[in-house]
Amino acid sequence: MTIFIPTPLRPFAGNHDAVEVNAANIAEALAALTQAHPDLQKHLFTGEGKLRAFVNLYLNDEDVRYLPEKDATAVNPNDTLSIIPSIAGGC
Amino acid sequence: MSVLRLTPAVYNQIRAHGQQTYPHECCGALLGNSTPDGWQVHSAVPAGNTRTDSAHNRYHIAPVELVKIERDARRQGLSIAGFYHSHPDHPAQWSVTDLAEAHWLGCCYVITAVAQGKATLTNSFLLAGATEEDKNFETQTVLVGEQSIAPAGN
Repeated sequence: MTIFIPTPLRPFAGNHDAVEVNAANIAEALAALTQAHPDLQKHLFTGEGKLRAFVNLYLNDEDVRYLPEKDATAVNPNDTLSIIPSIAGGC
Repeated sequence: MSVLRLTPAVYNQIRAHGQQTYPHECCGALLGNSTPDGWQVHSAVPAGNTRTDSAHNRYHIAPVELVKIERDARRQGLSIAGFYHSHPDHPAQWSVTDLAEAHWLGCCYVITAVAQGKATLTNSFLLAGATEEDKNFETQTVLVGEQSIAPAGN
C-alpha cells in the first residue's frame, strides 16, 4: 500500500512524498514505514509508542481513529494511508 | 532569513479571503515548490474553519480536507508549502496559540491582519526547528512578484 508523507516529514523519509509498504493492517504499515525510515519514529510517536496527538491518519478518506478496528484495520494493496499533522491556530 | 515568494494573484486572494470572512478568521492552504531559500507558492486553496465556536480568534482545518488538498497538490506536481489565516482586528504576528498548534515543520504560516474589515499587513513565518520540542517561528521575507512586502510591523 501507499503511505503519503506530508511536507514536514519528507526530510525524514528520504525526501519521498510517498512510500510503498507491504502490510496486513495499518499498524503493520506504520511499523514498516518507521523501519524503513527510522527518523520518522520520533516525529510520529511518543516515547511510549503512542501516535502523537496532532498526527491524523486517514485510510483512503476515513479517519483511522473512528474505524471500528482502528490501527488493526486490515488494508489492501490499493489502499492509501495519509499522514496529516493538525493545522490550527488563532489570534 | 528565508524567502516566501507569492504570485500577485495568490497575495490578493488570501487577503481578500480575510476580508470576506471578517470578523471571523479565514484559513487555507498554500501550494507550491521548495526553493533553495524557501518556498515559491503557486496557488492558494481556501479551507473551511471548523472552529465555529470561536471563529473570531481561532481556526482549524479539518484533516480530511487536507487529505483532498494534498491529493490535488500531488496531481499538479506541487506540495503543501504552508497555510494562511487572518487575524481580525489583531496584528499580523504569530500568537502563542499559533505556535502551540503549528506542526508543519519547514512550512510557512502566512498571517494577514484585517482591521475593521480591511486587510492591512501580511507577514509570513517559517516553522523552524528539528522536532516538535524545539519548534519556533522565524520571520520570512515575503516577495510578491519582485516586490518585498514583508517583514512589516503592526
